[in-house]
Amino acid sequence: MVNDVRIAGVGMTKFGASPERTSRDLFSQAAGEAFEDADVEPGDIEELYYGNFMGEFAETQGHQGPLMADAAGVDAPATRVESACASSSAAVRMGVDKIRSGQADIVLVGGAERMKNISTAEGTEALSAAADALWEIRAGVTFPGAYSLMANRYFHEFGGTREDLAHIAVKNHANAVNNELAQFNKAIEVEDVLEAPTVSAPFGLYDCSPMSDGAAAAVLVSDSFAEEHGLDTPVEITGVGQGSDALGLQDRASIPRTPAAEEAGQMAFDDAGIDRSDVDVAEVHDCFTIAEALALEALGFYETGEAISAARDGETTKDGEFPVNLSGGLKAKGHPVGATGCAQISEMTKLLRGDHVNSDAVSDASVGLTHNAGGTVASCVVHILEEVDQ
Amino acid sequence: MSDARHAGFDDFLDAVEDGEPYYLEGTEGDGYLPPRRIDPATGSQELSEEPLPETGEVVTYTQTHVASPEFADDAPFVVVIAEFGPVKITGQLREQEADDIEIGQEVEMGIEQTETHDKRVLVFTPA
Repeated sequence: MVNDVRIAGVGMTKFGASPERTSRDLFSQAAGEAFEDADVEPGDIEELYYGNFMGEFAETQGHQGPLMADAAGVDAPATRVESACASSSAAVRMGVDKIRSGQADIVLVGGAERMKNISTAEGTEALSAAADALWEIRAGVTFPGAYSLMANRYFHEFGGTREDLAHIAVKNHANAVNNELAQFNKAIEVEDVLEAPTVSAPFGLYDCSPMSDGAAAAVLVSDSFAEEHGLDTPVEITGVGQGSDALGLQDRASIPRTPAAEEAGQMAFDDAGIDRSDVDVAEVHDCFTIAEALALEALGFYETGEAISAARDGETTKDGEFPVNLSGGLKAKGHPVGATGCAQISEMTKLLRGDHVNSDAVSDASVGLTHNAGGTVASCVVHILEEVDQ
Repeated sequence: MSDARHAGFDDFLDAVEDGEPYYLEGTEGDGYLPPRRIDPATGSQELSEEPLPETGEVVTYTQTHVASPEFADDAPFVVVIAEFGPVKITGQLREQEADDIEIGQEVEMGIEQTETHDKRVLVFTPA
């Protein structure tokens, strides 16, 4: 008998620039909000899985599992999970497995990252550690550079333009305008994207998610725990999938495809027992504009080569047929690397519960998907969240 | 990163400098860059060193303006992934303007030093 996993509570700091705040301070805030949202005590927690990517670089702080447990007032086994930008969705997945297997009834999951206390150049160097240190980094590959290599090959094979990509950034900024937790509450125009300084061609500044400070947390419980304790848990994690790929782009059969996401998506759909057409709303890993298109194709929402114009055609906008990144995505909500995966879970939970600022755009939605990628999608974790009767 | 050699990787750079670059071939003809002991296509541990073709074909490229500190004085520079027979290799483009590069064009491989830290870097030049 496998236990069903309910989301009892979520918490998330405002993403943005708070360079003086330590990751332990950020995470304890997110965890505290999650405890209050769940109506549980830190002492109830039986396990902590915590995602973080660059703590050694930014804060000279390793061994963050027990550090964060202590910061959250939790006395339980605590483990840090590192899968680059997919660190905290991998942590969520481990929490789900722990409860499904019956080894725990209540688990704290989440992640944090402090990035704005170091310079852009140092941050660029820290982030590039998610790529192949020998065959990519030694050739000067940065993260915007790596995704630009994917984008230029995508244009070559399937067509598409910088304008198509710009519409993805414009859409995600528009979604974040009223999201108080987002880093940028500012609408932008296509021209702003096209005229921004080049980071790595074809990407300008507005094609890239920002560096951010922030944390996110969620309290996961078994359905029996929720029932025994009278917890309000309207959202269940019904599907989980994870895939891996070669770290370096040069070692993959196809540069503009992300098979780790294809595998994670299919695994999650099978696990939830749903078809992709059942999904009403998605949060996908738009670390760069092209990444949103690659995600939608890998998950099967679009044929390969066809998602690049989805935002431009209004299909994935707030009032479109299939809204994507209603939170603002990584692009506008911000991307504190180790917090991002759990932040997607937090935002999707609120979208489905009806207490997100953009919930009205998906008032009939009952199935949400989150897609969180590490590196150039050498790691990918997909979760399916469903609104359930209690 | 320490100054210690990275076996496999630095051996490959040495081989490029010596004009004898190689790749590792699995039992079903798949190609890999070193170091590698297990062929992910077959699970076999039988990998043989084979000579790389002298010219490769550009698969994709980007001109990077915002670099990491390791390449601060090199920016802007063009990064290319080029296909040499059964393996693809990432390096920097030399002797050609970024605006002129085309996917599919032929390049040769070599080794140069970075401006920033005088470290070896794989480079491609038009064939």
